[in-house]
Amino acid sequence: MRKVMTGHKAVAEAMRQIEPDVVAVYPITPQSEIAEYYAEYVHDGIVHTELVPVESEHSAMSACIGAAAAGGRVMTATSSQGLALMVEMVYIAAGLRLPIVMALANRALSAPINIHCDHSDAYLTRDAGAFMIFAESAQEAYDYTLIAQKIAEHPKVRLPGIVNLDGFTLTHTADVVEPLEDEAAKKFVGDYQPFSPMLDVDRPSTWGAFAMPDYYFELKRAQQAGMEEVPAVFLHTQEAFAKVAARGYRGFFEGYRLKDAERALVLMGSTAGTAKVAVDELRARGEKVGLLKIWLWRPFPYREVAQALAHVNKVAVMDRALSFGAMGALYNDVCAALVHEKNKPALVNYIYGLGGRDVSTDHILHVFQDLKEAQPAHTLRFVGLRE
Amino acid sequence: MPVKTKPMPELVRGAAHPMEKYLRTERLPHIWCSGCGLGTALSSFLYAVDDLKLDPDKVAVVSGIGCTGRIAGYVRMDTYHTTHGRAIPFATGLKLAKPELKVVVYSGDGDLFAIGGNHFIHAARRNMDLTVLCVNNFNYGMTGGQVGPTTPVGARTTTTPFGNFEHTFNLVHLAASAGATYVARWTVLDGRRLKEGIKEALTHKGFTFVEIVAPCPTNYGRRNRIGEGLDELRFYRENTVIRHGTDPKAAPLEPGKPIVVGKFVDIQKPTHLDLYETKAAEVRK
Repeated sequence: MRKVMTGHKAVAEAMRQIEPDVVAVYPITPQSEIAEYYAEYVHDGIVHTELVPVESEHSAMSACIGAAAAGGRVMTATSSQGLALMVEMVYIAAGLRLPIVMALANRALSAPINIHCDHSDAYLTRDAGAFMIFAESAQEAYDYTLIAQKIAEHPKVRLPGIVNLDGFTLTHTADVVEPLEDEAAKKFVGDYQPFSPMLDVDRPSTWGAFAMPDYYFELKRAQQAGMEEVPAVFLHTQEAFAKVAARGYRGFFEGYRLKDAERALVLMGSTAGTAKVAVDELRARGEKVGLLKIWLWRPFPYREVAQALAHVNKVAVMDRALSFGAMGALYNDVCAALVHEKNKPALVNYIYGLGGRDVSTDHILHVFQDLKEAQPAHTLRFVGLRE
Repeated sequence: MPVKTKPMPELVRGAAHPMEKYLRTERLPHIWCSGCGLGTALSSFLYAVDDLKLDPDKVAVVSGIGCTGRIAGYVRMDTYHTTHGRAIPFATGLKLAKPELKVVVYSGDGDLFAIGGNHFIHAARRNMDLTVLCVNNFNYGMTGGQVGPTTPVGARTTTTPFGNFEHTFNLVHLAASAGATYVARWTVLDGRRLKEGIKEALTHKGFTFVEIVAPCPTNYGRRNRIGEGLDELRFYRENTVIRHGTDPKAAPLEPGKPIVVGKFVDIQKPTHLDLYETKAAEVRK
């Protein structure tokens, strides 16, 4: 049934259907409402989750790790500085192969303090070992929360996952969302079979033990192997989801009017909606433009991105965060994807929307216009900036 | 019962606040809700600074995140708005680099005792020469009224809609146990005593702590049927008892019990800097 709800409510609904054993969470704008909705479910007795209102995000992820190591199904949610405080423990969750899924309401990192959207918090955890998905809409945030849980818990993966949704733009605005029926959602996610849970008295185990130069490397290689399983599991899970939902997702990204495009954008998150309007407008004027919207950012789908962009003349890669001292992280990914291709597009890197700076259709039209003239070079170009 | 209000006298309307010289008036109006206790908490501090004739250039105000954290933005002194919970370690660094400064940490209960709780106990343990003023409104006000470490048992918040069941910190007991050398508690109803308490804290050498009990009508009062800010002040008037010298352990803030206020701890012991300098002189001999 189609309902009107905010991105927060959509994520909270998915969490209600997943019904984790433990949710440990700390308030931060713009994430707090997810925890508030979830607290209502707990207090109304419609989920059997233990909700722990811990004293910081570091404690939130630590409690999640403890609960997951004990064999529980565990979720959390955070934003910006909360993730920054938590990030030490995100590496631990990944290193211990614990399938903890979190919603990340994307918000700019301090300083200066800001509560609005950009992707600097996501970029901070890029190398932490969690697989990362970006949603364009509340619907995608809902769908990918269910999908992420299933991927995270897959026996070949067993890694934490982060579902990104743009702070305020998606978290606080209401949109039409069509959730699955509870039974269908629960059946899709399935029961969780923990691997070697701590509280198995017949097989006592130690977690987080020392690994010196003799074993550390092999364990990290094994962790990378788990990450390498994600793409196949991702596609498989999308397929399973398409069978139960009225809509389907196919692939690691969405190509929008991309097949015959001469110029294209690559970006992540809610700006894709704005970009689609701009693409339609230019197409109506006969310009061959398109969009590649990333769903799965980590692990990065190098081969598929290269195939999808090989025929394009010029590509604007749009990063919603700076990686100081380097080009945008997404730009670097796309460069790496294309480096072995014979025919490859010229690439230009645009930085946009930092600290919640609005990105309108006009800005996207400007990017497409600018892209015509821009010389490919490792130089950052800024959208909507006063200079 | 609706609160009857009289029209404001001409003299007051449009007049400058007597402590305006200490405020960044260009940052006003402030973000605090009608009925919030932070206005009184802030002005009591400014009156204390004024009474003591402190040079504003020698006072630094450090705050964390939250409604109280906004104080750093409104005070016309050297101020710093830290990340959530980190006001005390920032202030510690500031004091060590500039011992001649009067360093004041002005922050909320959530910031100082949840995410920053570790820093609080260690600064008190070291007897860092800081004045920590904590506005306790019993919840995380700015993020929408979630449960925190000071939320009373049974209280409704956005994350405990059917009532909090977790045990609660008694802040004055915690401060005293951790080593604070001056500990007091006042409500914002009693601006004059609060000002005097802040003055004592500012002039006392060592780690000093004043808990300031304040209404949060928007997020806490409303959900707990306390009413408007004035209703909560009325509650303070009827339920507050002054007991100087009481063992802070015996003065928890509990629902249904009187709010015990007063000066609980006032002792002297060497500060972190005193001990540091003694040790430094010893090793340099």
